[in-house]
Amino acid sequence: MAATTTTPGVQLSTLPPASGRAGLRGVLASEFTKLRSVRSTYWTVAALFILGVGIAAIAGAAIASNLQSNPVNKAGMDATQASIFGFFEFGQLVIAVLGALAITSEYSTGMIRTSLTAMPRRSVLYAGKLMVFTTVALIISLVTSFVAFFVGQSLLSGSGVAASLFHSTTIPANAIQNGGPQSVTFQGTDVISASTVLTAVVGTALFVTVVALIAFGLGAIIRHTAGAITSAIGLMFVVPIIVQILPNDWRWDIMRFFPDAAGRVLSVTVGPPNPHLWSAWPQFLVTVIFAVVLVGIGGYLFSKRDA
Amino acid sequence: MIEVRGLTKRYGAKIAVDGLTFGIEPGNVTGFLGPNGAGKTTTMRCILGLDYPDEGTITVDGKPYRDMAYPMREVGALLDAKSVHGGRSAYNHLLCLAQTNSLPKRRVDEVLELVGLTEVARKRSKGFSLGMSQRLGIAGTLLGDPKVLMFDEPVNGLDPEGILWIRNLMKALASEGRTVFVSSHLMSEMENTADHLIVIGRGKLIADCTMAEFIAQSSGAAVRVRTPSADEFTRAITAKGATVAADDDGALEVRGMSIEEIGDLAFTEGIRLHELAAVRASLEEAFMELTASSVEYRADVPGAQRPRPTIGSGV
Repeated sequence: MAATTTTPGVQLSTLPPASGRAGLRGVLASEFTKLRSVRSTYWTVAALFILGVGIAAIAGAAIASNLQSNPVNKAGMDATQASIFGFFEFGQLVIAVLGALAITSEYSTGMIRTSLTAMPRRSVLYAGKLMVFTTVALIISLVTSFVAFFVGQSLLSGSGVAASLFHSTTIPANAIQNGGPQSVTFQGTDVISASTVLTAVVGTALFVTVVALIAFGLGAIIRHTAGAITSAIGLMFVVPIIVQILPNDWRWDIMRFFPDAAGRVLSVTVGPPNPHLWSAWPQFLVTVIFAVVLVGIGGYLFSKRDA
Repeated sequence: MIEVRGLTKRYGAKIAVDGLTFGIEPGNVTGFLGPNGAGKTTTMRCILGLDYPDEGTITVDGKPYRDMAYPMREVGALLDAKSVHGGRSAYNHLLCLAQTNSLPKRRVDEVLELVGLTEVARKRSKGFSLGMSQRLGIAGTLLGDPKVLMFDEPVNGLDPEGILWIRNLMKALASEGRTVFVSSHLMSEMENTADHLIVIGRGKLIADCTMAEFIAQSSGAAVRVRTPSADEFTRAITAKGATVAADDDGALEVRGMSIEEIGDLAFTEGIRLHELAAVRASLEEAFMELTASSVEYRADVPGAQRPRPTIGSGV
């Protein structure tokens, strides 16, 4: 052991006098220190970025080469979605882990008892944790979404379908194949406005952030890492599958009430709206309501239960 | 100053702490004793607001723990040295605690120096030995220079050097006028450290007194006598109303007479004495005696030594 002393004195410098009381400001600083000082944060952030951008790059290159040999596929090609679907699908999975861990790692390590001894006002601790995590998740999501979009589009440039955040783009709506693969007649056009693309890129990032908050809330309720991650993935990925296999006459009517539906509206920039779902932002509100309710229940239990 | 009044805590149907009332004065090391499962940790958790009491009130310097402006400046508590995120370095662990109470960063370096962890400050605490974890936990309690310190079983699993270090630290802290409240189920440890004792068993208060009183009030105080005329002297002593028990090695153990009375009696009876000594009950014996009925999980070991039957009930 380093520098062993058997006769400790307690000669410490005098602390500056305190005024006010320990509050949110200190907790925000503390929670940011917690988040930046463990490796799991960097691993999850790296995984999110690499998956999101990597899949955008692979999809961009693959689609560009496919469009060269099969120009017929240019019709109705949603280049934006092609670039952000990797982030949208796998980003949810990865960030759900980060969201759950933000709370459950304190319980699994026992750190929660130390944290609550330092800051016994639990609602302040919970609020600080929530604010720091939301900010970090939002920034990572926005950066990943934009980078994925730009990387994907740059690989699609020259294929005539690349979307842009700065001007509207026009792609063929329909195509008719005449004999050989290169002999195609295009009919009609789809105009994709810059604001539609921006909604998709920003909306998907917001959606992934809110999914992280759903996992955060589940983490506070379940207090167990594996349980919280499993529940979040169940809610976002398994429940939709169960809904899919429900009888046709009513599954279409309940789809819109689940938190995953928003992602499928937000990431789409081409084609008619899905008749069974609300438009982008109302559908996003459903996801937000899930997050608010779960984070709220989590906060209530965080305050009321024995730690 | 910690005041616990009528504390009751249940976990489901099981009562962990049952109507416990006691107070802890500053400037002392107060030992919190009881067999495993007696409710020591539960009581400490309730003091810190980690668990909610079912009944009763607890104040530290007149306030509930939760209402303290800067909790770490008033109370430093270490319940479990392993209550840290092992992936975080010692420095960052202490930094995130200091930040919640707006304590300056230099404080982190100071307490690391104090507990001797400066060299490993940037290492992840996952790799720390129990002794190092214990030092890290103690560093955390000292961050806010608190008036009250609480330690739950601080010497558990430590090597002799670590035990000595903690013992000296607790004494040093108390000598500076701080309140030190430390739990243990190791009586021998308390005997060397504590001035005052709170003893509980099955969640109930058994004793709240000074160390000296605790040992004295147990009936263990006896006088050991060795004499070549054991039978004759036994008759003389029992005639005076005291009790005599024979030790394994042939010596007599006398209860109910002071050492002076026994010496005088030997002189008047003309009996030669080879040994005359007061036998002080150890804290261990006093504790065993007091808590014999309140040990929650008892294993009957054939042939195991039990408290001697001649020791009566002390309370």
